[in-house]
Amino acid sequence: MLLDVGSLAVMGVTLGAVLGTAAKLLAVPTNPLEDELQALLPGSQCGQCGFVGCSQYAAALAKGDTPITLCAPGGKGTIEALAKKLGVEANADDHEEQAPQHAHIKEDLCIGCLRCVQECTSDAIVGANKQLHTIIVDQCHGCAKCFKVCPTEAIEMCTVPVTMAAWHWGKPQSEPAHH
Amino acid sequence: MTTAYNDRAAPFTHAPVNVSKTMFTVLAALAPATLFNLWMFGWPAIFLFLVTVGACVACEVICVRLSGGSADSAIGDGSVLITGWLLAVSLPPWAPWWIGVVAAVFGVALAKHAFGGLGQNVFNPAMVGRVVVLVSFPVQMTAWVAPKPLFGAGSPGFLESLHYTFGRDVSLDAISQASPLGFIKTELARGIAVDQSMANAPGLMDLILGFHPGSMGEASVPLVLAGGLYLMWKRIISWHIPVSLLGTLFVMGALFNLVDPARFSSGLFHLVTGASFLGAFFIATDYVTSPVSKKGQIVFGVGIGLLTWIIRTFAGYPEGMAFAVLLMNSLTPIIDQHFRPRAFGRTSKGEPLPVKGGEQ
Amino acid sequence: MKLFPVRGGIHPEYRKERTAEQAIVTLPMPAALYIPLQQHIGAASEAIVAAGDSVKKGQVIAKSGGVVSAAAHAPTSGLVVAVTEVTAPHASGLPLITIIIEPDGKDEWADDLPAPIADPFAADSKVIRDRVAASGIVGMGGAAFPSAVKLNLGTQHKLQTLLINGAECEPYLTCDDRVMREFADEVIDGARIMAHALGAPNIVIGIETNKPAAIEAMGKAAAAHTNITVVGVPVQYPMGSERHLVQAITGLETPARKLTADLGVVVHNVATARAVHKAVRLGQPLVRRVITVSGGAVARPSNVEVPLGTMVADLVAFCGGFTQPPRRVVNGGPMMGQPLPSLEVPVVKGMSGILGLTTEETGEEPAKPCIRCGTCVTICPCGLVPVEMARFIKHDRLDDAAKWGVTDCVSCGSCSYVCPSHIPLVHYFNYAKGALSAADRERRRLDTIKGLVENHNARIEKQQAAKKAAAAAAAAAKAQAAQASTTDDDKANA
Repeated sequence: MLLDVGSLAVMGVTLGAVLGTAAKLLAVPTNPLEDELQALLPGSQCGQCGFVGCSQYAAALAKGDTPITLCAPGGKGTIEALAKKLGVEANADDHEEQAPQHAHIKEDLCIGCLRCVQECTSDAIVGANKQLHTIIVDQCHGCAKCFKVCPTEAIEMCTVPVTMAAWHWGKPQSEPAHH
Repeated sequence: MTTAYNDRAAPFTHAPVNVSKTMFTVLAALAPATLFNLWMFGWPAIFLFLVTVGACVACEVICVRLSGGSADSAIGDGSVLITGWLLAVSLPPWAPWWIGVVAAVFGVALAKHAFGGLGQNVFNPAMVGRVVVLVSFPVQMTAWVAPKPLFGAGSPGFLESLHYTFGRDVSLDAISQASPLGFIKTELARGIAVDQSMANAPGLMDLILGFHPGSMGEASVPLVLAGGLYLMWKRIISWHIPVSLLGTLFVMGALFNLVDPARFSSGLFHLVTGASFLGAFFIATDYVTSPVSKKGQIVFGVGIGLLTWIIRTFAGYPEGMAFAVLLMNSLTPIIDQHFRPRAFGRTSKGEPLPVKGGEQ
Repeated sequence: MKLFPVRGGIHPEYRKERTAEQAIVTLPMPAALYIPLQQHIGAASEAIVAAGDSVKKGQVIAKSGGVVSAAAHAPTSGLVVAVTEVTAPHASGLPLITIIIEPDGKDEWADDLPAPIADPFAADSKVIRDRVAASGIVGMGGAAFPSAVKLNLGTQHKLQTLLINGAECEPYLTCDDRVMREFADEVIDGARIMAHALGAPNIVIGIETNKPAAIEAMGKAAAAHTNITVVGVPVQYPMGSERHLVQAITGLETPARKLTADLGVVVHNVATARAVHKAVRLGQPLVRRVITVSGGAVARPSNVEVPLGTMVADLVAFCGGFTQPPRRVVNGGPMMGQPLPSLEVPVVKGMSGILGLTTEETGEEPAKPCIRCGTCVTICPCGLVPVEMARFIKHDRLDDAAKWGVTDCVSCGSCSYVCPSHIPLVHYFNYAKGALSAADRERRRLDTIKGLVENHNARIEKQQAAKKAAAAAAAAAKAQAAQASTTDDDKANA
């Protein structure tokens, strides 16, 4: 009887110690989910989601107290990727699908103040002091930061036009579920 | 009505086919055998047939209405008529009316519409209906009568038949007999070897033509076969399921019969008794519940053949086609997953083929 | 010649008899021609004329816009009246920048057309390729891939065979049939020139056996050349699919994500071969093509040779107009063609047919639930499982559809054609393929931007660090100076 209890107690203590040590030694300092989620986000720190940057949004997502549909530049693809990672329904229907946008500078209004250039996180605006600035459309992800700081309202957000190369058939009207 | 030219992608031509045409071709293929069956079993069989098909159609209409669909198109596609038809011919021909109704409710409402309607069901609705009444009402479901051809000697008249089908407290004990499969099974249980009891079973010709007690569809192998061949000719079904099913059944029967004729009945006996032909050509080939690829269909057919033989030989029930079909139905999604055709330019594992020929 | 079996496929009603015996007729010059700057796969061409310019027939009006692109030429002499957006002959109904030319009625060739190459077989293959590129030739079977790029394949692959595709497996279409019957010598000559450019010793011409007259004409024209074989291939849609035709002729299956050139075979269309003949032997660029105008709604189905840029409405009017309102107007064949948004779109290089189809011909019915009959699986010439792929796509599971091979689908239309439930299967697959590649493009774009953002942030950090360091250094220097002065003061005080 004593032997039984004793041996079990010894086993328990030993295994507990091993597990405890392992937990200490192998501890991961950050939440791995947070990093994975951050990798899925565009990383442009545009702040359109209402958080300071992508890592803060990722942290909130990992805690599960924010909707997955807040990332505007990421669009539907990002929502679906986040939903997959978090194992939730991709309720992209709630999310008003915004056509991708890019900024455009109205030449007659730009005073060459460089504010937008400093604001742009993806180096999509070129320009020098007192010179007309230009957007490189391919590098612009439509975060609208420049749009907000422009003192002369020279920047407008345009929808990226659908070209024939990018056009594809839409999903067919589904057949009725019941006859 | 929209007149947009470009609201859908090609093709802009279509084979002259639709669901209704397909389903009504199946009904046409079934018709000769069924008419022969109805003639053989007389008025009670006709009444049961009408009640069962009618109950299935009624269930379909109610279910479709409840789910907000149009009842016209529900019946128009003909699928429920096939369900009702197959269900009716799988019942004992003189069974009371409520057997048909209960089977119809379980088959159509539970097995078909609870799963989402046409195309969504996992299990063959007719077989679900049959199995539910078989396990619930074993007495009525094993009260087979010997064929009494319509207007012939011994065939009950119209009014007397009404009594058989719709009367209360009807007992068929006095006239019911065992089906050949059931007979062999009971004799074996009594210690009489298969090869001995076989001598007292109906002869081969009677078995083939259907002059023996059993459900309607078990009669008349030649007409069922003719209907099946017609469907193959019309390319509604392919040979894969019927041939693999019947082939397996025959091979298993023949092999074990060789080993021990006193315990196992012959391959030929397995082929011509029970619902082998009806099952192989009309029940197992149900589109919705069978695999879509040819490889998968062979696996499916072999599975049903094997299970039918096992159930007939070792289990408590003399006939196992319905159970075998349902069991294999449940495997259909897995079979579809694993037995896909090889894609063009790829290995069967889905990797691109190695390049060859360029260096010749 | 031994042929090899090809899996799957269908036998649609061909309805070729309406135009098969109609000799090619020439369309009178229309009042205006519309030349879109994108008539091919790849980058758009760049206009080099402007409104007000006079142009001569064959003059370059738009130059190639990249490696995979093609030039465009004035189809007749006349005046450029505008360079503006015009609806493209495309299902999207989107506009393309288009050069509008008003013909002057003289139809004068430009003086500076490239000189004919007298002996193309003595010429370097690059000379031929350059000529084909300069002539704006693209695949005329419908895909419109720039032909010069495809003639380049000989430089990277050891080629055995040039396969000339005369299968014309699409119902209704007879333009290739007529070209082979009426211009067999030109097609054979063009094929020999292309084979020379490719370095392929053998030429095989594959024609479906429902075109016996074309087989005979081509056989006669090829008789003098021992390296040319004219083969009748089985009538089995989609025999005209490049990979399936190669399999029927050589028995080799082109591996996924590879080209037929990896098997030593390059495939070109018969009309393309004829265009190459004209470009090399006569110095004429691609400015006209033969089109089949057919369908139950068309009054006089015909094979018409038209200047590129002709409005489809003009072409249909030439064929007697419509006897009844068509349910569909299709660019190409009924199996793989594009539905046109209207008749106000121009004829382009890859347009092999204009079909005005009646409701009876299209056989459209509302889709019913799938009954899993498996016919689509049996007939799929690509060995796919359309029923499962469509189910995934219907439930927005595009990744699963991709795992089941939706990107291997060639959109031949066979599955939709046979589906008893009239489910628009190919429409589902077109949607999935488009959405998947759009998502892929978007992902790549976001990755690029992510890289830019990271670079930007790194640079800013570096700048800030440098600033901080500079500030610290300045502070340190100041402190040191101050201390030095204090020490000095102390010294002085001492």
